[in-house]
Amino acid sequence: MKEFLDMGGYAAFVWPAYAVTLAVIALNIYWARRELEQARAAARRRLATQERGS
Amino acid sequence: MTWTWFHRLGSPPYVYGLAQRLTPWLGWPAALLIAGGLWGGLLLAPPDYQQGDGYRIIYVHAPSAWMSLMVYTTMAAAAAVGLIWRIKVAHAVAASCAAIGASFTFAALVTGALWGQPMWGTYWQWDPRLTSELILLFLYLGYIGLRAGLEDTQRADRASAVLAVVGVINVPIIHYSVTWWNSLHQAPSVMRLAKPTLPPSMLVPLMMMLLGFTLLFGALLLVRLRAQILARERSSAWIREALGT
Repeated sequence: MKEFLDMGGYAAFVWPAYAVTLAVIALNIYWARRELEQARAAARRRLATQERGS
Repeated sequence: MTWTWFHRLGSPPYVYGLAQRLTPWLGWPAALLIAGGLWGGLLLAPPDYQQGDGYRIIYVHAPSAWMSLMVYTTMAAAAAVGLIWRIKVAHAVAASCAAIGASFTFAALVTGALWGQPMWGTYWQWDPRLTSELILLFLYLGYIGLRAGLEDTQRADRASAVLAVVGVINVPIIHYSVTWWNSLHQAPSVMRLAKPTLPPSMLVPLMMMLLGFTLLFGALLLVRLRAQILARERSSAWIREALGT
């Protein structure tokens, strides 16, 4: 286990590289979902205003 | 051969429904491939005879760099379709790409720097490959900034599409930069016409990562595309249907 974490002496480079990439993936999933949620909420508000207007 | 599929792909309600149905079919295989690729790349693949375990950065660097180029190409192609045929959905696709592409270009640059330091002795060098990849990041950021600066969606679509299409010239420059100029960066070992130079135990996890990232892009694009379509659509009847209210 210690050997694996040590990455043959390259731990200081390998693990940050993996961390950054996985963080970018996680952020992208979060952003995409938030974008859709916000668009749905905005569309719901638009519908409500239209119905009140008509 | 009929063109009805092409016309249907121009119809926002149809695309919204299609995107919703397709997302899990891309997202779950992407998750499995990336998990498998990480497992294979970190645990099963042997150390490199020159770079030891340091080369394992390839399993996150190469897929990120591939994403940066593939997403840009998709964005420029969609922008061109939107400009030429005035298809709203195509502009929505292009707009959905930018943030995804920018973030993976950032990942490619950071992981590249982290690989460069132990192998070349420097995090950064104004080298053709590195510089053209940095320009790609600025193209994405310029595209996002341009869209954010224009209130009117139609104007934002057209102006940003022109930027995306003009900027696509940078994609072959990045790809061939290591062949055309003397570069610190190594020549392609996978994305080349001849057989890849990696042995299968190293190559298979890399292929899984590349395919996994590609499918992940598909899933992210479809979710963002639905948000774009909802924001652009004014017809209340199908919005009500899409929201399920």
